[in-house]
Amino acid sequence: MSSMPHPTTAATPLVIPGSKAVLWLVGTALLAIAVYYFVGVDQGAWSVFGNDTHIHELVHDGRHFLGFPCH
Amino acid sequence: MEKQIIWRGILAGAIGGVFAFVFARIFAEPQIQRAIDYEEGRDHAQSALDQATGLAAAHEHADPFSRAVQGNIGLGIGLILFGVAMGALFAVAYALCLGRTGRVRPRTLALLVAGGGFLGIYLVPFLKYPANPPAIGHEDTIRERGTFFLLMVTASVLFLVLTGWLGRRLQPRFGTWNAALIAGGVFVAATAIVMLALPSFSETPDALTDTTGRIVFSGFPADVLSHFRLYSVGAQLILWGAIGLVFAPMAERLLSPGKPAAAVSV
Repeated sequence: MSSMPHPTTAATPLVIPGSKAVLWLVGTALLAIAVYYFVGVDQGAWSVFGNDTHIHELVHDGRHFLGFPCH
Repeated sequence: MEKQIIWRGILAGAIGGVFAFVFARIFAEPQIQRAIDYEEGRDHAQSALDQATGLAAAHEHADPFSRAVQGNIGLGIGLILFGVAMGALFAVAYALCLGRTGRVRPRTLALLVAGGGFLGIYLVPFLKYPANPPAIGHEDTIRERGTFFLLMVTASVLFLVLTGWLGRRLQPRFGTWNAALIAGGVFVAATAIVMLALPSFSETPDALTDTTGRIVFSGFPADVLSHFRLYSVGAQLILWGAIGLVFAPMAERLLSPGKPAAAVSV
């Protein structure tokens, strides 16, 4: 990157700084876990939409295939 | 910087998800269909038996989506969304590893983190609770199976992170090779203890027999089960391999300083 002040040959020299970065990383991780939950778990062992099974039935094959327990 | 890493991780995950979907559509879907055909045939045999013995036949539940939708659109949505989520988690883990993992090149680190994701999120939990096709697994135990599966995922990811930390701590004293061996051994031991402590579920249907013990419907076909599981591992290998390999050159360009500008415009 052009914004790097000191070119160096040492590998992976960056430590992510700052609280804004933490916010991005935590937010991304939480969103990713939410997607993981809806693809793999919801409307099976637990359900946030009550008895509805549309998500479960739609991603049914993928859920089995990705290794999640299913009905 | 963290935003650039996250978007690249998500892109790599989406690409990996597409590859995994193509693989699954070709190889897994026929096995899934065979499993569902088995399940339906078995259900019919069961209700015929129940009627013969005067029991109330189990009611069938209507599916909101056809098999064609489930096996194409649904499978694609499921795998690509999963890929995106894993790409995002990968990017977060990668960003946290930067500068904390010693002298590792950006692209090598990409492969290491992707390998960790494959192991921690999928393969180690799979060893305890392998993927099962439709027709395997009782509806009554879904809560337990779901809970213990997620517990297994959490434990293996946690142990993997601790293993990385332990390896780094031991490295100055024992050298890279021995530190990696010791930390790896601790990971295997800790995982084995958790696997032994958690309950097992074996719910693969046996042959269906009538009251005289005569087999009226076969047990679940072993070939379908073994192919399904093999392809399940294959799809995750493709997904995580693609995440690592797609992200690696992007990370190299993003993080390697002093590269000629021509390399950036590729």
